[in-house]
Amino acid sequence: MSQQANRPVSPHVQIYSWPISMVTSIAHRATGIILAVGSVVLAIWLIAAGSGPDAFASVNGFAASWFGQLLMFGWSFALFFHLCNGIRHLVWDTGVGLELETARLSGFVAIGVAVALTLIVWIWAFIA
Amino acid sequence: MSSIRSSLASARGLGSSKTGVTHWWTQRVSAVALVPLTLWFVACIASQFGAEYSSVTDWLSSPFQASLMAIYVAAVFYHSQLGLQTIIEDYVHVESAKLALLIGLQLLNILLAVAAIFSVIMILVGAA
Repeated sequence: MSQQANRPVSPHVQIYSWPISMVTSIAHRATGIILAVGSVVLAIWLIAAGSGPDAFASVNGFAASWFGQLLMFGWSFALFFHLCNGIRHLVWDTGVGLELETARLSGFVAIGVAVALTLIVWIWAFIA
Repeated sequence: MSSIRSSLASARGLGSSKTGVTHWWTQRVSAVALVPLTLWFVACIASQFGAEYSSVTDWLSSPFQASLMAIYVAAVFYHSQLGLQTIIEDYVHVESAKLALLIGLQLLNILLAVAAIFSVIMILVGAA
């Protein structure tokens, strides 16, 4: 027992240089929680639209404020990341792409595509 | 394992898998459905960004668009339910608190999904 107590302990998450697969795995769960909160906002938005113009105007007014837009920007990135990384998980479920180097590369691709889609959608939203 | 009881005996009760692969499978099916639905949703929201009440109700007055929105809401809340359930099961180890959270989560998700889908129907039939 005393022998075990003196053994070196594994470094904790603050010490590790996070591999990309670790980042995307934790981020997938974190963005899932963010999106669950976002789905409550989606429901409130639809219920307000179903309740009439006045209710809709107050919800839309908040969404159009700088804070509302900031939330929606963060939400859109969480959505795109969860979408891209989710597709990565679905591909893994078929047994494809699990090699270390392929999984590392697809992690960067998921983040890159999510950033690109977020920027494209916001540029589109402001131009259209 | 110093007990002479078989590992099956200790797996019964709280330790069993209860529903087999149903959770895993339905999470994957809802994920597959959400890939095209999310792209449709984002495209619609981006083009409706900051739009007036009448333009949103016009959009959801189409039976096809309203159907997609109702399916999207159902898939989102179902997928969210499965994901959050896993997170609660992973991190909450006090049985009473875990049960309360799981039941509360399920009831809240059903309430929000039903209210959102009814709102879509009200907009569709012009009752909003």
